[in-house]
Amino acid sequence: MAAKKETDVTWKDLEIGSIVVEPGSAEQYATGGWRSQRPVYDNSKCNKCGLCFIYCPEGCIRPQEDGYYKPDLFYCKGCGICAEECPKDVITMVEEEE
Amino acid sequence: MAKRVGMEVSLAIGEAATLADVDVVAAYPITPQTHIVEHLAELVANGDLDASYIPVESEHSAMSACLGAAAVGARTFTATAGQGLELMHEVLFVASSMQLPVVMTVANRALSAPLSVWGDHSDVMAARDTGWIQIFTENGQEVFDNVLCAFRIGEDRRVLLPVMVHLDGFHLSHMIEPILIEEKEKVDKFLPKNDYPLPLDPDKPVSMGTFAPPVIYSEAKKAQEVNLAASKDVVVECWEEFYKMFGRRYQPVESYRTEDAGVLLMTMGSYSETAMAAIDKLRDAGQSVGLVRLRLWRPFPTKELRRAVKNAETIIVFDRALSLGGQAGPVCSEVRSTLYGEAQKPKVVNIIGGLGGRDVTVAGFEEIVRKGVAMAEKGSDQEFEIYGVRE
Amino acid sequence: MSENYIKFGKRQVTTEEYLAPGHRACIGCGEALAMRLAFKALGPDSIVVCATGCMEIISSQLPWTSWRVPWIHTIFENTAAVASGIEAGLKIMKQKGRKPDKKINVVANAGDGGTSDIGLQALSGALERGHDFLYICWDNEAYMNTGIQRSSATPYGASTTTAPAGKRSIGQVTWKKNMPAIAAAHNIPYVATACPSYPFDLMEKVAKGAAIDGPAYVHIFSVCPTGWRCPTDQTIEIGRLAVQTGVFPLYEIEDGKYKLNVNVAKRKPVEEYLKPQGRFRHLSEKDIKYIQDRVDKEYTGLVEKVERGKK
Repeated sequence: MAAKKETDVTWKDLEIGSIVVEPGSAEQYATGGWRSQRPVYDNSKCNKCGLCFIYCPEGCIRPQEDGYYKPDLFYCKGCGICAEECPKDVITMVEEEE
Repeated sequence: MAKRVGMEVSLAIGEAATLADVDVVAAYPITPQTHIVEHLAELVANGDLDASYIPVESEHSAMSACLGAAAVGARTFTATAGQGLELMHEVLFVASSMQLPVVMTVANRALSAPLSVWGDHSDVMAARDTGWIQIFTENGQEVFDNVLCAFRIGEDRRVLLPVMVHLDGFHLSHMIEPILIEEKEKVDKFLPKNDYPLPLDPDKPVSMGTFAPPVIYSEAKKAQEVNLAASKDVVVECWEEFYKMFGRRYQPVESYRTEDAGVLLMTMGSYSETAMAAIDKLRDAGQSVGLVRLRLWRPFPTKELRRAVKNAETIIVFDRALSLGGQAGPVCSEVRSTLYGEAQKPKVVNIIGGLGGRDVTVAGFEEIVRKGVAMAEKGSDQEFEIYGVRE
Repeated sequence: MSENYIKFGKRQVTTEEYLAPGHRACIGCGEALAMRLAFKALGPDSIVVCATGCMEIISSQLPWTSWRVPWIHTIFENTAAVASGIEAGLKIMKQKGRKPDKKINVVANAGDGGTSDIGLQALSGALERGHDFLYICWDNEAYMNTGIQRSSATPYGASTTTAPAGKRSIGQVTWKKNMPAIAAAHNIPYVATACPSYPFDLMEKVAKGAAIDGPAYVHIFSVCPTGWRCPTDQTIEIGRLAVQTGVFPLYEIEDGKYKLNVNVAKRKPVEEYLKPQGRFRHLSEKDIKYIQDRVDKEYTGLVEKVERGKK
């Protein structure tokens, strides 16, 4: 079901009561297409405080193996909260070229 | 050991719910259903019924709480009447379209205004399209039996739908009748435990009640309609099993002395028993007349009705509710619609009565048959007649 | 699912996202952020009831779902009633041995409309009956999902689409309904206010409310850039200003005793909070003074309650 396009779903495909059984299946939707600006990180300034991870409404800034953080541009809507709240000015919002 | 008890029908409902080992009761009191919910509360308070009794603050919350309970797999029961059924109206649609099995007895009551606590079918007729399975009963034993059947039908994995069991307010709910309370062992054999396939459970997270944009809403509705229509077979199968086990038979459409009847009277609910007495008297007087009773109201028993009225010339549909501004009472409209495409169809006339608890006697039904026959023969300047109104 | 955590001082915050990214909340949505954080505090052993509203619409478009915990939405005004049924169902099934005796958080979520307006009856009933559940009001101060219409939680002077500012009107002419006080009047064990600008305070309160036996009510201030007409990157800052001006104080009421969590010694003038928001743009100096006076009065009253509680 997660892989199917909504226009391909027939009435027989639906579960009882139209219950959706795959948790988080909406994660296949690329909200990254919404943004007009994207965050760019300069990790040389970063102290790994993790506040960007906390404050992202999408939950798309993820901790990396090395302890730094990286935004997942598949989801990032470009709100700019991370850049605004970062105490070390690690993040700059850059206009998306069309 | 099954025991025959003289018991108020409302209380017998509590006994049935106890035998069914109901888990959750969420109900709000309203005349004439109050004895049902009071007795249930008593059964819980005394430990006769091991259930969570939620004294909700309105009928809207009663049905909503029932949805929640059903969603986690609890066997759920409630009861209401009249205005209460209307207050929970929007939630009724949700219960059926989300396929959450709840059993509800409705002590059918007239709708305001003017305020009436007495019985008629206006409350249930306003709930026709809510997607519930709906069963009508004629006496106390039928109520008791069908509450048990309702759990089995609604929770069946091929169905998973909420079920209403209708009983006439006061005329049934408050009558003391001899009722055979079946024994627990037999009921346990007849009624399997509730095993809802996709309950809300952290071990297997599902999302219930997602919203549907235009691109997918129609698919959801078709799935719902197909399921409700198919549930009729499960209802019939359940009644067959009930008959095998307990010896009492229920059918979607029941006929009384219709074999060679040219004229058929049609009723639903407790008035059917009065009507049967009238049919006997008319038959004794030589009239070729019979009685057809609709027991299964939803899903509508189209095939069974067509078969039951096949050889009649006239059907007199007695409605216990108006469809204000419409062309006939609700049952009559549906009967006409069912028969419209038939090559051979009887004349269908409509008499509406018994509103707001007004009695119809045996003599009254005899008169209704006379009136109906006259309407069929001579026509009427009205689409339908209201019986017994003081002009 | 193996859980990973990030350490913040002595605290741990899970990296699990129970509200999956890819949800359709507006850019910069404070409510989605708060919900994401709340569910990190609640964990996977939760059953979530959701009212019709922003959080429901952005997360549950058939045939998909953003939820990674069991979740149910029915209609707008019955959240607390559905939660009551879930709680009662779980309780009796555990009692009858049909479910393991494991703690499952029953969490009811509704917006300010679904709580202080259309949902008030169901909430009052559930609180009075003492069900063991957590009720969270997601307050973005209007019916945002349907187009920024006023609710009884809309603050005085805010312009909404059904109470717009105009030549003859200031917008909202009534003061914001005090829902935490209404909840507390039901004598429930725990009431709290929270704001995602103070994320750890929020997560602690949600966890506390869920753990407590009986009904708990948490009121979460949700900055809405779309409806409040402010820049999308100001969500956290505006929430912070709400707390620091005393417009939205952070406090708890435990068994009737008030406790201030963030005691702002010298509150910032409310104007600092009002100015960045387009919904207040039309306010005159006189209006702002009225708001300042009222906020002062309310805050003083709150501090008095806190002091009384200490005795």
